[in-house]
Amino acid sequence: MNVLIYIESENNAPKKSSLEAVAYGAAIAKGQVVAVAPSDADTTELGKYGVDKVLQFTVSGKLEATQVASIVAQAAQAQSAEVVIFAKSILNDLAAPMVGVHLGASVASNVIEMPDFSKGFVVKRGVFSGKAYTEVALNNAIKVLSIKKNAVAMTEKGKTAVIESFSPSVAASTITIKETTQKTGDILLTDADIVVSGGRGLKGPEHWGMIEELAKTLNAATGCSKPVSDMDWRPHHEHVGQTGIKVSPNLYIAVGISGAIQHLAGVSSSKTIVVINKDADAPFFKAADYGIVGDAFDIIPKFTEALKNTL
Amino acid sequence: MKILICISHVPDTNAKIPFKDGKPDLAGLTFVIAPYDDFALARAVELRDQTAGKLTVLCVGKADTEPTIRKALAIGADDAIRVDAEPTDAFFVATQIAEIAKQNQYDMILMGRESSDYNGGQVHGMVAAMLGLPCIVPCMKLDLNGNVATMYREIEGGKEVVELPTPFVAGCQEPIAEWKIPNMRGIMTAKTKPLKVVSPVATAISTQVASYEVPAARSNCKMIDAANVGQLVELLKNEAKVI
Ligand SMILES: Cc1cc2nc3c(=O)[nH]c(=O)nc-3n(C[C@H](O)[C@H](O)[C@H](O)COP(=O)(O)OP(=O)(O)OC[C@H]3O[C@@H](n4cnc5c(N)ncnc54)[C@H](O)[C@@H]3O)c2cc1C
Ligand SMILES: Cc1cc2nc3c(=O)[nH]c(=O)nc-3n(C[C@H](O)[C@H](O)[C@H](O)COP(=O)(O)OP(=O)(O)OC[C@H]3O[C@@H](n4cnc5c(N)ncnc54)[C@H](O)[C@@H]3O)c2cc1C
Repeated sequence: MNVLIYIESENNAPKKSSLEAVAYGAAIAKGQVVAVAPSDADTTELGKYGVDKVLQFTVSGKLEATQVASIVAQAAQAQSAEVVIFAKSILNDLAAPMVGVHLGASVASNVIEMPDFSKGFVVKRGVFSGKAYTEVALNNAIKVLSIKKNAVAMTEKGKTAVIESFSPSVAASTITIKETTQKTGDILLTDADIVVSGGRGLKGPEHWGMIEELAKTLNAATGCSKPVSDMDWRPHHEHVGQTGIKVSPNLYIAVGISGAIQHLAGVSSSKTIVVINKDADAPFFKAADYGIVGDAFDIIPKFTEALKNTL
Repeated sequence: MKILICISHVPDTNAKIPFKDGKPDLAGLTFVIAPYDDFALARAVELRDQTAGKLTVLCVGKADTEPTIRKALAIGADDAIRVDAEPTDAFFVATQIAEIAKQNQYDMILMGRESSDYNGGQVHGMVAAMLGLPCIVPCMKLDLNGNVATMYREIEGGKEVVELPTPFVAGCQEPIAEWKIPNMRGIMTAKTKPLKVVSPVATAISTQVASYEVPAARSNCKMIDAANVGQLVELLKNEAKVI
């Protein structure tokens, strides 16, 4: 069984999430592990996590999902790949189902664990916005997966990947990008090992300094609840929950967030959850591992100070 | 403009999902238009008004989805199509939507970013690939100037302004529009607006749910005294081992 992994690059290197996808692919492959990667992505790391062969393509400008899908489908056909793996990202989440259609494959999104082969090809994913999980059997000969962060342990295989140049035919897109606003240098919510989120309990955007300071100390990304982004205290892309970003970090710290079911939907697959809230009855405590009842304005600066002394 | 809005019929997002014999037991729950689809519908109604066009609402589902479809008609869709089938997975639903779209040639196919039950985020991408159309997800703003659309698309850590001509598929999320609540007149006229029921086209079963699992509740939350934040640092470091 050959496996194909689509690699996204950032600063001339494969994204960390793409390396997780490689580790996932290497763990299930019984044949070749092939990566299809833009030529600016350094290939050393790909071999390290188990890629046998890299198909390198040259891109000019940003790819649209239809173009990614076309490149990946051509690569999958050329390599007779039976499993195609994407790391979860906004663009990949859209490209994966398109590849599924091109290849006549079964598609599963937001996969959180290694497949179970004892019952065929069965993967686990969240449903009902974090309230449950399902095991889904993928029936078609070809499978396309998009995997969430922390779906696999990162095992080094120490291979040296063979590099082949790859020239898929890619049609131009009718979509024109007019303007891009993107905060660079910040840790992305979906990539972060630690997320610090603030809610309406923080009373206003002017109080986010202490949240940012705490996040900086922990090398964490910042998030928020929906009302906070609705009121424009924070940008929309920081909004966590059922209608926002779903995160699965090692540590999620919620400050002044009550823990409404729709917010919990976005954080329930976090490994450890810490809740700081002045109301001892806030529902979030029931979904947390550690809690402090008290005033965030008093606790957060002290917590940050204590961390600085330890880390 | 001929606009198609695809809605899924899902349990109210405030509801706890009860499980019985290892399966979700949805019988007693209130069903709604999925929240993202509701945002897309609201914008679709505005664009229909702006272009003096026609808005069709489509749902793949059995007869029990009709009250949800009628609600979309009450909010402002002109007519409705129900593909009479249990929506077994994203591929099945996408195949049905693509079939209807081929017959009717819409200028724009709007959906939600993701259903709130199976959270696939796949139907729009599949429909776009089946029809050979461009697709924008997640679309947070959508304006029309003639047949050219300007949209805001969320990207990691920011947003893009993009432009493209119709036809296209878009998966929408807020703040594309404010949710609309049906008024009395809407509710009355919805009863007589056309709702066509069509049979599904046959497809192979691509994916099948093998089992469900309800996540274990977190073992009791360990409470730490507000005067002793050092203890939290200690526990995160040595017990949880996450910092
Ligand atoms: C269809 C739908 C989808 C939704 N999707 C989302 C979503 O994706 N994400 C989301 O977050 N919400 C979502 N919501 C909204 C959700 O229901 C809640 O309204 C929201 O999460 C509440 O945000 P909050 O916790 O910041 O505010 P509140 O509920 O107002 O909570 C504020 C908390 O701060 C605490 N507090 C106040 N002062 C202090 C202080 N000084 N120190 C410490 N604590 C303090 C209070 O005790 C309180 O618990 C959705 C709602 C609907 C209907
Ligand atoms: C009784 C019952 C059992 C079901 N069992 C399963 C199951 O086992 N596995 C499973 O995957 N799904 C099941 N569903 C179907 C589920 O409700 C979805 O309609 C479908 O699977 C697509 O889910 P998705 O999460 O991939 O959609 P997404 O790709 O997340 O949806 C994106 C957008 O597509 C549109 N859309 C989605 N579904 C429909 C629809 N039915 N009609 C019109 N537009 C739609 C909406 O605009 C939505 O925002 C079941 C539904 C019912 C009523």
